[in-house]
Amino acid sequence: RVVDTNNEALPGATVFIKAKQTGTVTDEKGEFSLNAEIGDILEFSFTGFTTHQETVGTATTLNIVLAAASTYLEEMVVVGYGTARKKDLTGSVATVSANNFQKGQISTPEQLIAGKVAGVQITPGSGAPGSGSRIRIRGGSSLNASNSPLIVIDGVPVDNGGISGVANPLALLNANDIESFNILKDASAAAIYGSRAANGVILITTKSGSAGQFKVNFSSLNSVGIKTGSVDVLNGDEFRSVVNGYTGTIASSADRLLVGTANTNWQEEIYRGAFTTDNNISFSGGIKRLPYRLSVGYLNQNGILLRDNLQRTSVALNLSPNFLDNHLSVKVNSKYAQTNSFFANQGAVGAAVYFDPTQPIYSGEQPFGGYFEWLNGAQPNFNAARNPLGLLYQREDKGNSDRLIGNVQLDYKLHFLPELRANLNLGMDQSWGSGTVFVPAEAASQANRGGTNNQYKQTRSNKLLEFYLNYAKEFDAIQSRLDFIAGYSWQDWKTESPSFPDLRADGTEFEPAGIDFATQNTLVSFYGRLNYTAWDRYLLTFTLRRDGSSRFSPDARWGNFPSAALAWRISNEAFLKGSKVISDLKLRLGWGTIGQQDGIADYGYQANYFYGDAAAQYQFGNEFVTVVRPQGYDANLQWEKTETQNLGLDLGLFDSKLNFSADFFIKNTRDLLAVVPVAAGTNFTNNLLTNVGSIRNQGLELALNTKVINSAKFSLDLGVNATFILQNEITKLQLISDPNFLGADVGGTGFNFVQKHSVGYRPSTFFLYKTVYDEQGNPIEGLYKDLDGSGNLGETDKRWYKNPEPNAYFGFTLSGTYDKLSFGCVMRSNVGNYMYNAVKAGSGIYQNIFPNQGYLSNAHRDILNTRFDNRQTWADYYLEDASFLRMDNLYFGYDLGAVGKSGMTARLNASVQNVFVVTKYSGLDPEIAGGIDNAIYPRPRVFALGVNLEF
Amino acid sequence: DKLFANEAGYRSSLAKIYGGLSLTGNNGPDGSGDLGGIDEGFSSYLRNYWNLQELCTDEAVIGWNDQTIKDFHEMDWTPADNFLRAMYSRLFYQIALANSFIRESEDGVLGSRGISGTDADKIRAYKLEARFLRALSYWHALDLFGNVTFVTEEDAIGAFLPQQISRTDLFSYIESECKAIEAELPAPKQNEYGRADKAAVWMLLANLYLNAQVYTGQAKYTEAVTYSKKVIAEGGYALQGNYRHLFLADNHKSTEMIFAATFDGVKTRTWGGTTYLVHAPIGGDMQAADFGVDNPWGGLRTTSALVDKFSVGDQRANFQEAGQKKDIEDIGNFRDGFSIKKWVNKTSTGANGSNLTWVDNDFPIFRLSEAYLIYAEAVLRGGTGGSNSEALGYVNALRSRAFGNSNNNLGSLTLQNIIDERAREFHWEAKRRTDLIRFNQFTTADYLWPWKGNVKDGRGVESFRNIYPIPAPEINTNPNLQQNPGYN
Repeated sequence: RVVDTNNEALPGATVFIKAKQTGTVTDEKGEFSLNAEIGDILEFSFTGFTTHQETVGTATTLNIVLAAASTYLEEMVVVGYGTARKKDLTGSVATVSANNFQKGQISTPEQLIAGKVAGVQITPGSGAPGSGSRIRIRGGSSLNASNSPLIVIDGVPVDNGGISGVANPLALLNANDIESFNILKDASAAAIYGSRAANGVILITTKSGSAGQFKVNFSSLNSVGIKTGSVDVLNGDEFRSVVNGYTGTIASSADRLLVGTANTNWQEEIYRGAFTTDNNISFSGGIKRLPYRLSVGYLNQNGILLRDNLQRTSVALNLSPNFLDNHLSVKVNSKYAQTNSFFANQGAVGAAVYFDPTQPIYSGEQPFGGYFEWLNGAQPNFNAARNPLGLLYQREDKGNSDRLIGNVQLDYKLHFLPELRANLNLGMDQSWGSGTVFVPAEAASQANRGGTNNQYKQTRSNKLLEFYLNYAKEFDAIQSRLDFIAGYSWQDWKTESPSFPDLRADGTEFEPAGIDFATQNTLVSFYGRLNYTAWDRYLLTFTLRRDGSSRFSPDARWGNFPSAALAWRISNEAFLKGSKVISDLKLRLGWGTIGQQDGIADYGYQANYFYGDAAAQYQFGNEFVTVVRPQGYDANLQWEKTETQNLGLDLGLFDSKLNFSADFFIKNTRDLLAVVPVAAGTNFTNNLLTNVGSIRNQGLELALNTKVINSAKFSLDLGVNATFILQNEITKLQLISDPNFLGADVGGTGFNFVQKHSVGYRPSTFFLYKTVYDEQGNPIEGLYKDLDGSGNLGETDKRWYKNPEPNAYFGFTLSGTYDKLSFGCVMRSNVGNYMYNAVKAGSGIYQNIFPNQGYLSNAHRDILNTRFDNRQTWADYYLEDASFLRMDNLYFGYDLGAVGKSGMTARLNASVQNVFVVTKYSGLDPEIAGGIDNAIYPRPRVFALGVNLEF
Repeated sequence: DKLFANEAGYRSSLAKIYGGLSLTGNNGPDGSGDLGGIDEGFSSYLRNYWNLQELCTDEAVIGWNDQTIKDFHEMDWTPADNFLRAMYSRLFYQIALANSFIRESEDGVLGSRGISGTDADKIRAYKLEARFLRALSYWHALDLFGNVTFVTEEDAIGAFLPQQISRTDLFSYIESECKAIEAELPAPKQNEYGRADKAAVWMLLANLYLNAQVYTGQAKYTEAVTYSKKVIAEGGYALQGNYRHLFLADNHKSTEMIFAATFDGVKTRTWGGTTYLVHAPIGGDMQAADFGVDNPWGGLRTTSALVDKFSVGDQRANFQEAGQKKDIEDIGNFRDGFSIKKWVNKTSTGANGSNLTWVDNDFPIFRLSEAYLIYAEAVLRGGTGGSNSEALGYVNALRSRAFGNSNNNLGSLTLQNIIDERAREFHWEAKRRTDLIRFNQFTTADYLWPWKGNVKDGRGVESFRNIYPIPAPEINTNPNLQQNPGYN
């Protein structure tokens, strides 16, 4: 019988006779039987426990107690194509497993690990249900291709592209089904994924069953989301007094007559307290030798924006049987989710900021559904913002999507050569999205076209075939261990979206259907990895992946992505062995080259001809001829290549009660894809995506995990991680370097660009005029520092100043238990990130209040300070320090223990999300990816109560 | 190659080149722009051409703050100007499309694709038009930017750095191209509407010769007389009875139209072109519905200098005075300066165009009146082959139409009469800058208008501003290009 230290049975533990290379697995009671001879050495192993060896004596029964792995070093870590013990890692790999996830109402998986890992930045999207986050590992290495990491779910690299009908493709994965995240940060870890790994790799493993008792776990979490603030615009009375008190030249007398008598707080009217319920039930256990886990989840999440709703039903089934005396292990993972979304019209968010607060919600008259609208004669005034409530109630935007991610993995240990495994993985990631959009004809927003009654559809299919051979053997004679893997991978992506006609509300055709869209790309790869460990002290890893992608021309299609890493476990050296203080000390050194091809069009290297649509025809006589356009292209288009170096140190003290790691990295990306001007007349475009640039990143990551208190009754764990960006600089951006080239415009505010990609600066550095202030400290309209001394204002008077990305970011995790109470919190902080307050810049001006076009618009209260007549787009006055400290999550749990006599145990939990933010930033939220605040859908503060039952 | 397997593919490709005058991309009105680095609506050929020809003159001011748009009236544009780049890019986008079309329609290529017979004949005709469109864009490039990039069908698509051509050499190239295709193009009015015929080439040549003194230092007024006369005598065009109908939603029916960029509210949609010209001057007390559109953009007006050129009774004067002040204190204020009600998305019978956002009005690139005034000016400047009396007759024909009688006809002509008549006849038709330069009134202090050079009463500016700078991104990407004088 095999038990743990609490004398609980360990079902599914492996018992192995080393010399004979045969073995068995314990049953539900932890019992086993085996024919062994005296003198045989039995090896007992179980995931998460230390391996135990026992020499068979005369006893016919053995009671083996396996201790939980004493340190996290024994933990198995999922790496690309296999697993490794944490202590054997040579690369920079971070693991976050379920017990360390963020807790609370989390409907999109990446939020589980926000703030948990050094070097990983997860910036939440808007407050919309299921909206995605921006994930960056060690900063972006790209300007135009994707900066998002590759995500691999149970061995299937998934399609990270958008799926129609759902806000965020990852939202189709139920967070409750996830066992762990493993993040491959440096090239030596990630290079096994070759041309897709430059932004790091996130490996997600879902929960699976273990042979043993039948277990049911039920959880229900119910929450309310509440709006945390409003954009600081004028209220009705203030607006009236600003309009009436204005003495400048912008307003005409006609404009002043437009002001109304109402007091409408539009930003209160469009939001609500949002209720969410998230229920999950899972069944796990083993039927005979078939461990399984089946889970069903139902999420119904309301957004705080009126009518916003996401419903998700998810089913996950994992089977992991073994056959042929455990020589063949099979894993079947399937995850299916269906979402039904009602997308509230997010145009209302901005409209509520800008809409005149002196106007009523309803006009009291018939047209436009009774909503007050700015008019131009009998027509709506199309330059004005639309009534925010009208936008919300006069649009039915419903999306459905289904996603099935599944794979079957066969792992066969050869009978005659058990050191050799053959692994076949067949996977798929299929999604179907569809939806309908209906806008009634009476809606003012579409009065010029008679409403909308449209549908859309999309199918994405991603197929995977992988096969690898793994040879692992210990050579006791030379105290070495060799682990070699060689494999082949084929993956194919296909997207199809049929085109539907653009219809009016009454079903008549506004524009005929365009051309159905379909695109496909294929990636074929060969890869290999060699791990060599000598004397348990010196670890060596080589990997090589060769990728061929259909996205590039046959001449430029293949690329090699090598890496090498070395680690030295100093703590296993004689002079440290047995140290009471230092339980682990390891030095890691890694180098590698990895690629990036996401974000590159499927057929970008060849001349493609595209037909124009029905509204872009040209008249020849009485006929309108469809136009056809050759697309600009670069025949030599190639993937971006990132070379990284990593120097890491892992230190464990006091039997790993305190673990510290530090990683210093350098990332040099070259052949960076950038859209750059091409000489006129040489291509079918003026700006072409081509490989021209280079970026250099350097950073330092520190992580500390420690058990502050660890007694039977009271425990307290603290985790701190910090990431410092030491250098992040574009080093090249042009084919021909030109000292007068200021850089490429980025950072559109809706009016103009306020950022540049420029050589010598971080990507997206703000490029603005330096504001001049008066004696009262208020900015002076139209007056800026003449930085180039030319006497007039031009581009060269702007300066590169500050950046939307932080210079450093931190995560703090505190968790603990006290008797039956558990508690914890997660905090995150960014330092040195700046934000351009485009809401202020766009609305805090009289020109916005009085556009002279028959309507009025509300203004940011900042107008009372600036009294600007006209928009000062490039004033650095609008650039603000958006450093912040945010408590993401605070939770308490209480273990009720056994309830009744049924053997059921229960836990209660309560949590708050988005607890508080400390910042000097004057806008609604200091954390907006890209650094331009254009009035975002506010992230709610969520209070949740839940119960967890297990029996 | 599937695309070019038959005539239809060539026809669609040709439509793209023509469409480049009107459309900004493959989706109307936007969504798949041809050019990058600029808002798609701003990337319109005609919108930019119009702005570059009008905003810098007495005929137009704009109240918006889009990027550097105000620099044009202020006459202090720089090589970094993004509108200039958009224009340059658009011109050479057209040229690259035409070069590619010409390559794909060489006889040898057609043969290798098995295209023969009438299909091949049609494609050969298309090829002539592609050459015309290329010549047209090269003329605009020559006029606006002087010494520009030079690429022909000999240059394949790809990474190479083209040479710069001098204004004089480019003049000769355009001239030789026009003459080469002149004979083979269909006779006037014999091609489909919207497509070029002999008269279109003649008008291009007449314009080229009229400005030859500016472009090359060598006058060619006799040739200007020859080609304008050809249009008048052999074209078979007649003046439109009502001047105002020339700019309405059904102006494709006009008897005066020689070559136009076509627009349609449903099928040819763009935020540039005439959609811009109809919407942008509506503001203040003006009601969009009166112009056959759904909303005012409140941007374009004119200066008193243009208003004052008209005398009472001239039907070409069509100013919005109510709610507007004639004098401009603040260019940013729509109510400063009269607006012009020339471009209206209503038909000659008063019906609205086919759509209230995008308009149906075609933009006349060449119309008969211009042949009249080129003829008159070229004769007056000493071109031979014409007569003073005929010249006077043509000018008076336009004046008679404008006033509805001959009471305001002139007895004799001076050059100042001509340029003023051109202002009255062609205001807001994208010809003003070229005219002022030809009369040496563009940059000099000889002729001032409100806010010329960013001074209320106007001032002269540097003469190098008679041509625009090569846009900085071009200079940066192509070391073969030299910046125009004064802009370094």
